[in-house]
Amino acid sequence: MQTHQYDVVIVGAGGAGMRAALESSTRVRTAVISKLYPTRSHTGAAQGGMCAALANVEEDNWEWHTFDTVKGGDYLVDQDAAEVMAKEAIDAVLDLEKMGLPFNRTPEGRIDQRRFGGHTRNHGEAAVRRSCYAADRTGHMILQTLYQQCVKNEVEFFNEFYVLDLLVDHDLAAGHVPEGEEVNVSGVVAYELATGEIHVFQAKSVVLATGGAGKIFKTTSNAHTLTGDGMALAYRRGIPLEDMEFFQFHPTGLAGLGILLSEAARGEGAILRNSEGERFMERYAPTIKDLAPRDIVARSMANEVREGRGAGPNKDYVLLDLTHLEPAHIDAKLPDITEFARTYLGVEPYTEPVPVYPTAHYAMGGVPTNIEGEVLRNQTDVIRGLYAAGEVACVSVHGSNRLGTNSLLDINVFGKRAGISAAAYASGASFVDLPEDPAATVEAGLETIRTRPDGDRVADIRKALQETMDANAQVFRTQDSLTQALDDIKALRKRYEHVSVQDKSRTFNTDLLEAVELGFLLDIAETVVVGALNREESRGGHFREDFPDRDDANFMRHTMAYRRPIAADGHRQWGADSDGDAEGRFHHTEVFDGYQLVLGSKHVNVTRYQPMERKY
Amino acid sequence: MTAVLEDAPAEVGAIPSFTVTLRVLRHLPDDSGETTIDHWDEFQVLCHGTDRVLDALHKVKWEQDGSLTFRRSCAHGVCGSDAMRINGRNRLACKTLLKDLDPSKPITVEPIKGLPVVKDLVVDMEPFFASYREIMPFLITTGNEPSKERLQSAKQRERFDDTTKCILCAACTSSCPVFWTDGQYFGPAAIVNAHRFIFDSRDEGGAQRLEILNDKEGVWRCRTTFNCTEACPRGIEVTKAIQEVKRAMITRAF
Repeated sequence: MQTHQYDVVIVGAGGAGMRAALESSTRVRTAVISKLYPTRSHTGAAQGGMCAALANVEEDNWEWHTFDTVKGGDYLVDQDAAEVMAKEAIDAVLDLEKMGLPFNRTPEGRIDQRRFGGHTRNHGEAAVRRSCYAADRTGHMILQTLYQQCVKNEVEFFNEFYVLDLLVDHDLAAGHVPEGEEVNVSGVVAYELATGEIHVFQAKSVVLATGGAGKIFKTTSNAHTLTGDGMALAYRRGIPLEDMEFFQFHPTGLAGLGILLSEAARGEGAILRNSEGERFMERYAPTIKDLAPRDIVARSMANEVREGRGAGPNKDYVLLDLTHLEPAHIDAKLPDITEFARTYLGVEPYTEPVPVYPTAHYAMGGVPTNIEGEVLRNQTDVIRGLYAAGEVACVSVHGSNRLGTNSLLDINVFGKRAGISAAAYASGASFVDLPEDPAATVEAGLETIRTRPDGDRVADIRKALQETMDANAQVFRTQDSLTQALDDIKALRKRYEHVSVQDKSRTFNTDLLEAVELGFLLDIAETVVVGALNREESRGGHFREDFPDRDDANFMRHTMAYRRPIAADGHRQWGADSDGDAEGRFHHTEVFDGYQLVLGSKHVNVTRYQPMERKY
Repeated sequence: MTAVLEDAPAEVGAIPSFTVTLRVLRHLPDDSGETTIDHWDEFQVLCHGTDRVLDALHKVKWEQDGSLTFRRSCAHGVCGSDAMRINGRNRLACKTLLKDLDPSKPITVEPIKGLPVVKDLVVDMEPFFASYREIMPFLITTGNEPSKERLQSAKQRERFDDTTKCILCAACTSSCPVFWTDGQYFGPAAIVNAHRFIFDSRDEGGAQRLEILNDKEGVWRCRTTFNCTEACPRGIEVTKAIQEVKRAMITRAF
């Protein structure tokens, strides 16, 4: 075992992690720990763009962007955070340009902008050109540009190191810590893939920037490595996860594969059609049609298929039609995604419509933070020294449905903020003592799995999890389907207790790490499903067929999912405080083997915009 | 072993299945660092029409031999993790459809060449990234930053578009015969990334980069074999980019 000491440790080297690192590393001694080489991170898969009201091509302003973000999120957005994001978007884009990002240009040589779903002029009048882009590989260019800047600034990376534990001086999952009492982070424990060695990093500040958890689903645009690690690490220490039931299903995944075709295709004029050739979005969103927000488009597509108007031999997808666009225009603006259609489905988008179906894409929920990136442990108290940014976090700028391009914006704005905050805190703080034998839990857990002679296969349990999530917790949900998913997850947790791996070595043991990641996936899936079961309304990305309307009277609040011990008498053993809702009550507890998942709530910050009916 | 297309699919629209044989070069170090002798393993995998080599490798790992080790992440050709030598050619496993290879013959899979093998298909990427870092892969400017964006015409932007596509997968560099025999050579990927900045109208570090690449291990080592261009999964005209850097070295005064 090796021990390291840094002022700031950043976990994850995607857009949020590297943006944080660029701030933090110039101020204090900083390490970035990533389970991948930084340029492999999934930020690089983002395609369409990053919105900012630059007004380079038409009238626009950040207030309209704020409104669109709030409405797009079906009013579950914290409006102070959305305002910060929309305002700082402009500098975030300009910062990237100054770092060298090769944006597409207008005839005048300025950053070009294009339309994107849900982004409108003057509070919904018409689609507006707000998305700054670099062909259809904007995320790739952001990731490369941030990595280039990290090389320039000699940021210290620990590549292919898996962070497997978050060290805090009070384990909130082990028992109640009264409201107002100080809880401090002291570091992380990591596993070096190449050697199997354990490394303990003592740090004054830790920034979680580990990205999403799309692999809880079978059909997903997400990378194999997006297993919710950072969310699960926090959850296991009793830190709440916020709004986990809200998962975005991106409308245009390649049918059967889930590989993403950017919304930029529709931004450039592509049209969704059903088997009858009808442009069906005209019925669902008469004003902005195919450029309605993703939750609405995904639901509309799924509905077309359910009502028998799906295309293809099994009538199980719809068609994305680009055939009316000039091939030269497609080549200039959408080169990568048209190549995906050719490579993976053998479809030529110049002449044939592309089969598409919704694919699990983005976790709106995550580790709760305030606008400085500080992690909250209940409605009001922060964990000192702990920060989160990007998809792992929930600040909450996306509410119940994220608008396209706002994720690239989120990582830049809040990655930067988290990096600055973490460094500022570290420069005035002292190291917190590490727990005795800080790596014990991680070492024991790994050795148990690695040395178990035989048992259940990782791939079998994971497949069963992904299948039940796709079948029961996807675009359409009901009490019955979610109950089924929850029962399945509980059964799979039992099987996971006997999981074993075939690779018994210590060198580059990805078999072992996949087993560990499966544990994270199970944790995340339970928070998604329990949250979804208890939100008896439909809002944004969460649609309950048995409760098809939004219910502001009962559910205009964030969900907070806490892992807590089961008390000896079977009741919860902590007092009525801000772990719970405004009245100090919890909404629900779900008992698992050895712990319970407690659902509380958190206030939604409404500033300018009162909830209205959401029409497009 | 031959691949057999199973009988005509029963259902309309069903994706045909077929069996392929994967021949994978194994390199299994023991934990003391002493390595066992490299050997070939054969696996038979039932695959479907849209499956890629990565799917077949996953099926082996998940259903037959969990110790088979390779890198992968995005699984659709944008992260650059899974460059490997497939039937003797460098490709991304996630972008190579099985049906596009000859499935009647065994498909050979080996690690990319010229970098130390860590385990099975995993190589040590550090020398590759070290070369990349050496060419100063970041925008270099002087003077005060503008308050708004720097202007760049669409034509100026187009000038280096091709080389901005690079995902640092190392397929090009590890396909280069010069790199195989001379590990000190910067290699195509580093030069591509230098090109990306040398031809960016906003950049002022071109002279420094050209000087670095004028080194005896620099661009002049390129023998124009075009392996790199063929290997690039992003369709970058790598050899052309290298030639343009050579030309810039001659025509630009420094």
